[in-house]
Amino acid sequence: MDDKLISKIPEGPLAEKWTNHKAKIKVVSPANKRKLEIIVVGTGLGGASAAASLGELGYNVKIFCISDSPRRAHSIAAQGGINAAKNYTNDNDSVYRLFYDTIKGGDYRSREANVYRLAEVSNLIIDQCVAQGVPFARDYGGLLDNRSFGGAQVSRTFYARGQTGQQLLLGAYASLNRQIAKGTVKSYPRHEMLDLVLINGEAKGIIARNLVTGEIERFGAHAVVLATGGYGNVYFLSTNAMNSNGSAAIQCYKKGAYFANPCFAQIHPTCIPVHGTQQSKLTLMSESLRNDGRIWVPKNIEDVKKLRAHQIKPSDIKEEDRDYYLERRYPAFGNLVPRDVASRAAKERCDAGFGVNETGLAVFLDFKSAIERLGKDVIKARYGNLFQMYEEITDTDPYKEPMMIFPAIHYTMGGIWVDYNLQTTIPGLYAIGEANFSDHGGNRLGASALMQGLADGYFILPYTIGDYLSHLIQVPKTDTNAPEFVEAENKVKERLETLLNIKGNQTVDYFHKKLGNIMWEYVGMARNEEGLKKAIVEIAELQKEFWKDVYVPGTETEFNQELEKASRLADFFVIGDLMARDALNRMESCGGHFRVEMQTEEGETKRDDINFAYVSAWEFKGDADTPELHKEELNFEFVKPSTRNYKD
Amino acid sequence: MDFKLKVWRQQNAKAKGHFETYSVTGISPDTSFLEMMDILNDQLIREGNDPVAINKGCKSSGPIAFDHDCREGICGMCSLYINGRAHGPGHEATTCQLYMRLFKDGETITVEPWRSAGFPVIKDLVVNRGAFDQILQAGGFISVNAGSAPDANAIPIPKKNADLSMDASACVGCGACVATCKNGSAMLFVSARVSSLALLPQGRVEAVRRAKAMVAKMDELGFGACTNTQACQMECPKAVSVSNIARLNREYLCAKFKD
Repeated sequence: MDDKLISKIPEGPLAEKWTNHKAKIKVVSPANKRKLEIIVVGTGLGGASAAASLGELGYNVKIFCISDSPRRAHSIAAQGGINAAKNYTNDNDSVYRLFYDTIKGGDYRSREANVYRLAEVSNLIIDQCVAQGVPFARDYGGLLDNRSFGGAQVSRTFYARGQTGQQLLLGAYASLNRQIAKGTVKSYPRHEMLDLVLINGEAKGIIARNLVTGEIERFGAHAVVLATGGYGNVYFLSTNAMNSNGSAAIQCYKKGAYFANPCFAQIHPTCIPVHGTQQSKLTLMSESLRNDGRIWVPKNIEDVKKLRAHQIKPSDIKEEDRDYYLERRYPAFGNLVPRDVASRAAKERCDAGFGVNETGLAVFLDFKSAIERLGKDVIKARYGNLFQMYEEITDTDPYKEPMMIFPAIHYTMGGIWVDYNLQTTIPGLYAIGEANFSDHGGNRLGASALMQGLADGYFILPYTIGDYLSHLIQVPKTDTNAPEFVEAENKVKERLETLLNIKGNQTVDYFHKKLGNIMWEYVGMARNEEGLKKAIVEIAELQKEFWKDVYVPGTETEFNQELEKASRLADFFVIGDLMARDALNRMESCGGHFRVEMQTEEGETKRDDINFAYVSAWEFKGDADTPELHKEELNFEFVKPSTRNYKD
Repeated sequence: MDFKLKVWRQQNAKAKGHFETYSVTGISPDTSFLEMMDILNDQLIREGNDPVAINKGCKSSGPIAFDHDCREGICGMCSLYINGRAHGPGHEATTCQLYMRLFKDGETITVEPWRSAGFPVIKDLVVNRGAFDQILQAGGFISVNAGSAPDANAIPIPKKNADLSMDASACVGCGACVATCKNGSAMLFVSARVSSLALLPQGRVEAVRRAKAMVAKMDELGFGACTNTQACQMECPKAVSVSNIARLNREYLCAKFKD
């Protein structure tokens, strides 16, 4: 085991680990908390809940976001819901079952102790959110309602229409606002972190650019928390917001934080298909739709041809001529198989020529039988806003004709490596939410991202960070005039000037689209050795071309969106390269990572627990050198990794 | 489809703004409005427009700055005034959910930033909506610390109230209500938050104090008064109802009587 990769998983029975750990870690007294400063970068569910909770505890917090308000963070776009083991539906749910579903859903590539803790605190999150005034869906008796999500056989998902992420974020943002008003938290909107500052090997601050004035500013603290989300935008087209990026994580990686499991990216099965070359992003249709929607393609290739030629409508195809392929292949879970399984099954049908739109890259999600069974009004009450959104985008009424969907990049399970305390390999630097790698293994279950972001922010980090800060109570405020800050600031300025001075011939988006194509083609839904090697070469070539031929208009001393994009894209090249290397190294198929060489005769993933039951953690070795792989072995003491079976 | 675009250009908060007209051609009807803006910007960058040049007397001023993020109508970041309407001609849709099929081929489309004293322009079509954050900081929350909540099902909430609270809480904080109001009033925004919390038992405890504090902050920040034109409701992309304003007024009056 690598000496930096110490997971700090507590001893003892699974159900007692977190309790025992909390009893052992140190706390900081209220009087001392006032003397300590913490920087939180990012204001999504993880960042906002962490900053608010740390402020409530009495720490001095500075919070940064790239948008004009913390409320814009991309957590807001999560639609379907948030899981918790409340067992309000009396369907035999429990903390253990949520833990088990999550670790199995992640294809046994996450830590037992972390996942169990996540399930354990899930119930507290729902309590907290209701107390904050989150208007979850309720029954006529006034109690909370639940629905089902992929990978689970119980109903444990709490939701607020199709806007659960928005409502949870507004709750966290409200708590954050309360702390801002109290003065414990200071907010820096339209600020982008461009470097992490280390002093004696510990995280002591950041360099940020004021996106309105262009000014480069220094901020010091006793600890830094990274809550900047995932890196799915490396694919250009994804369901991520346009400004979501992996730059802050890459700055930390370049300063010594290990990057874990970069190849684990989630491809969401129910997105609106691509419509041409001018598209800027893909829109997700919530997984909750799979509660009532049935996924199918025609059984007969003639029907496919007629559909593509617009000679028939989908509703013209008879019931017996439809292939409900998920129900056929996975009878036990049917349309509610996990995302990776559903995505691959859609790809299999489309590869076999049964894709239902002109590009051949779409399948149907049909509500016909649900409408017949429940009536249009019930379906409208459940999914009204999603149906409306679909119609706005596609100009098709999903009450009459089935939706067309296709998989798209949605979430990244990989991220900055953290120990059980959520601390990275850099002392004083923490990573929470999607920005870390810890809880979802090779595949995340639906409605678990919101759970993890809030678990980290409300109930885990506020405890664990105290253990580190308790050693710093006599350390004075960080001096931002220290040479380390000056050096970091100069490097940031140099880099921006370099980008502006290239004055080449191509736009930032031109390169980003090209990178996206390479990633989708070779590091997408199906990966093989030849393709991955090709990707590494092509990414390097494109990166070189970018640094020679990009044109970034404007100056660094003004509001300049092209400069922001260019700087983020420069880091996406590093991420893309890491993903391809990690995917090449992981010669097994698990979760969202499908190596064509490793599949069963039925086309299911073939995991290799003997050789790959580890977390890959990559160490930066310099711009010109290849990163070094470290391994954290995963020990399964309490569950036995088995082949994921959603058939029976 | 082809369009002429008359776009507001303003180098920074202090500079004087003006309209510039551009052409875009070959746009697919399925392209979104912001994707069309991307295409125009790509064109402007390729034509070598450089904001530095404008200081040297050049007319063109680089790519157009505009706010956007999720592009699925939920983050509230996009904010354009299109052909005299906040978020353009779409019904219950933000600018990012607007598709070019709603416009006529060959049409001239006027694009401006939100115009309101409460939202100063930062650059081109980008405005500063920090005032909304300040209003919410004044009281748009329930005072509960993490860790002190009772069981989520401890207090039943009538479904009707939970649903009304959700309706009000659908507000995305985009500012269309302010931009469209002749008085530049933020009443719909403020009332949405006040209502959504006041409708829930958890939020009742502070309802009176909240209403007073948020209204006072709104007034302090220079937003205008409400004269019940209901234009805000017409243009709200999330169909937040003016009945929330009535609810806010009730809370506010109660507060004043108690004073």
